[in-house]
Amino acid sequence: MRPISRGFQRRREPDADAGRLPPGQYLTRDFPVLTAGPTPHTPTEDWSLEVGGAVDAPRSWTWDEFSALPMETFTVDIHCVTKWTKLDTTWTGVSLDLLLDGIETSGEHVTAWSDGGYTTNVPLEDVSDGKAWVVHQFGGEPLEPEHGGPARLLVPHLYFWKSAKWVRGLTLTDDDEPGFWESVGYHNYGDPWREQRYWGD
Amino acid sequence: MSARPALRWRTATVRGVTAESARTRTLMLDVPDWHGHRAGQHVDIRLTAEGGYQAQRSYSIASAPEHDALELTVELVDDGEVSPYLVDELRSGDQFELRGPIGGHFSWSVEDRGPLLLLAGGSGIVPLMSMLRHRAARAADVPARVLVSVRGPEERIYGAELDALEPRAGLRVEWTYTRSTPPGWGGWARRVDAEMLAQLGPGPDANPLAFVCGPTSFVEHVANLLVDGGHDPEAIHAERFGPTGG
Repeated sequence: MRPISRGFQRRREPDADAGRLPPGQYLTRDFPVLTAGPTPHTPTEDWSLEVGGAVDAPRSWTWDEFSALPMETFTVDIHCVTKWTKLDTTWTGVSLDLLLDGIETSGEHVTAWSDGGYTTNVPLEDVSDGKAWVVHQFGGEPLEPEHGGPARLLVPHLYFWKSAKWVRGLTLTDDDEPGFWESVGYHNYGDPWREQRYWGD
Repeated sequence: MSARPALRWRTATVRGVTAESARTRTLMLDVPDWHGHRAGQHVDIRLTAEGGYQAQRSYSIASAPEHDALELTVELVDDGEVSPYLVDELRSGDQFELRGPIGGHFSWSVEDRGPLLLLAGGSGIVPLMSMLRHRAARAADVPARVLVSVRGPEERIYGAELDALEPRAGLRVEWTYTRSTPPGWGGWARRVDAEMLAQLGPGPDANPLAFVCGPTSFVEHVANLLVDGGHDPEAIHAERFGPTGG
């Protein structure tokens, strides 16, 4: 039996977009920043993106090479485990289908790793078939460092901690290896529509 | 492989409410079967209105793990939905759901190393206060330097308690006022800068564990100052309060 909070009531009008709000989330119009440490500031001349691990041949791109890849611009909703949801965010970047195209791998899992030591794990199938990108623009502008620039992973159908800021590499692994937050109590998969915030959800 | 206990919702009952400032309240809660926390962690709370409407938010734990009640300190967010209820409405005997503790990265216990460098913007002091209360409850002498940046005296919380803690060996608490100062104030009255951090110490040579908490702009600014000042980025723990409409 859930306790009723005496005197508590909805202060906001039910939003026309309420159907786009996963359980336990609320809409925000600003863009909060959540990170466990200081913001790295990697110059693009020192930046590269690597694909490695359980693959036949590792790949990497310099910033210039990455920037020359075919880009997609797309608009998605993003959902942070700290409860905010932001609708209709527009990003530009490279699809992981392209970055992983034709790669031979025994791995069924991907660990994204970042400047600053952050890691997060996602099943390979969740970053395949148009579900994930490495993005370098937000709203048509270069992605700011505090939001993950020069480039971040974007996996919008999972809670936003899976969309690793300052991404520098994707390691394919045979075993599922819990990342930074997944090791300290956050859900291993993180589906906002099933409210998978923490272990056991 | 460690056990992965599920975080169950529990019913919290309000034991008391204390005004910390005009906009800030501390909620003292009884939570049955609470298994304790590490200083710095937070909880999720869920309010249910008559009719079933629910809202969830996260709040930092203010009390030490050694304390008997679980305490949360909540600052009013203008136009918020949950914080106005918690600050203006809630009273003893009221109930809501709570689960946690959550977050292991932004946390500290006296078994961890020191020295400590605790830097707060406004209500960002809350999880750091849990660390200081824990340090005091365990009579630890881990060196700790604390800097709290507030806009004015009206934003100051826990002031008397911090003053009372301070003579304890190894602890120094400093304040800076960025807009208006208390009468007769002779201390810092500006945004945190490199010179202030150098005077506060401990410097990068002592390799302190730094915990920085506050609004995003404060945390970005201070964490950048620490990195530029030579502190090890891996020793800097950050928790940002977004203006998220709470």
